[in-house]
Amino acid sequence: MEKIPEQKHVSWGVTFNVSWAGIRRRFFRSLVTMSGVVLAIAFLTYMQIMNKIVNALIDAHDPVLDAVLQAAGVEIHESGSNDSILLLIILSLLACFVGIVNSMLMSVTERIKEIGTLKCLGALDGFIVRSYFIESSVQGVAGTCLGCLLGMVVSITVAFMSYKMHVAAHFPWLGLFEALGISLLTGTLLSISAAILPAYMAAKKQPVDAMRVEE
Amino acid sequence: MSTQEDIIVKARGVTKVYTMGAEKVHALRGIDLDVRRGEYLSILGPSGSGKSTFFNMVGGLDRPTEGHVEIDGYSLSDLNQKQLAWVRCHKMGYIFQSFNLIMTMTALENVALPRIFAGETPAKAREAAAEILNVVGLGHRLTHLPSQVSGGQQQRIAIARALVNKPSIVLADEPTGNLDLHTGEEIIALLGDLKTKFGITIITATHDMKMLSASDTVVWIKDGQADRIAHRGEFDISVGTIDGKTLA
Repeated sequence: MEKIPEQKHVSWGVTFNVSWAGIRRRFFRSLVTMSGVVLAIAFLTYMQIMNKIVNALIDAHDPVLDAVLQAAGVEIHESGSNDSILLLIILSLLACFVGIVNSMLMSVTERIKEIGTLKCLGALDGFIVRSYFIESSVQGVAGTCLGCLLGMVVSITVAFMSYKMHVAAHFPWLGLFEALGISLLTGTLLSISAAILPAYMAAKKQPVDAMRVEE
Repeated sequence: MSTQEDIIVKARGVTKVYTMGAEKVHALRGIDLDVRRGEYLSILGPSGSGKSTFFNMVGGLDRPTEGHVEIDGYSLSDLNQKQLAWVRCHKMGYIFQSFNLIMTMTALENVALPRIFAGETPAKAREAAAEILNVVGLGHRLTHLPSQVSGGQQQRIAIARALVNKPSIVLADEPTGNLDLHTGEEIIALLGDLKTKFGITIITATHDMKMLSASDTVVWIKDGQADRIAHRGEFDISVGTIDGKTLA
């Protein structure tokens, strides 16, 4: 008797197509998950850019500017990062990470029947893992981009309001791109790593879960 | 008398024991059953009888604690996860009581899924899906989401999805359980037509007397055992009438 073949994996491209339908039609839910990432990354971006701008102004060693900075409550003795701000950033990122994990785990629980059904139709664990990864990554990357944009706009606006045209004269372009790069990388890594546990939990669901009666 | 080749599902000494804390619950206590190719078999039993557990075993959704289930000559317990997934994808079609359609996908996308899992390109899968949706009478609802069609139409989509990979066996768990009387009758008639058209074997778990009357064989499960197995002509079901319509 011939041997039963093993089910083959569906490619990443096809999995993306299948997952995309879900992400698009679950847009509101995606927005809620995304909002956590947007806010945390916006905060990270804001803090970084503000820090760069203030440091650039301090480094200009202009007495007029020093007076403006002092009036704004900035200590101008030395430029550098502030430990308490760093702690605040780490905490906000941690909250964001837990938020994504929580929201994705809820989505796994909500979709136990759907996952079971997909397995009845022939989906392998790999397909389930990939589709959860894709969903979380798309939300994470989109949220990160929005967060970067929001953080950048707010920080530059606030800087212009506080230090007027001095900002334009000493604008830290390199620092801006550095800050955006760090935020993009952090947000993306954060959302992808937050998807690991939920995706694993989803893949472990059994086909028999499709038979659950409760809705 | 059926020959060995006619048997598509063979269950021998199927036992299932669930451990709940220190207590052991015997859901199935050794069931033997043969299902012939092309047969319409209904599994009947009150809740808690082990009916669903047995149905899941036969469908390759769960593994027995003891005994074995063979499908088309292959023992399910010898298969690894990927082979089991292949069997579910190519040999089985599943129909559920609550339809279990993916709510974020259109009718066409839902029906195309098993084809995609079978390795077909999305474009070809959608072509096959449109064809089978036409067969079940939903050619005009391809781009509708499940929430935009009626219960009966959702079950038709689910039937199309179960048949799109041309399986040998269709497992239907209370397929009329969430439908009204008339829609239920339509679904039973459709299943009967498709059974003849595609030469599939249908196994259902049901309470619906209408489904029993359409069955070739009925198995009564009681206390985890096959209490009675009756073939067409050996059982007589009569439960009276509703709205002047005979139910069985």
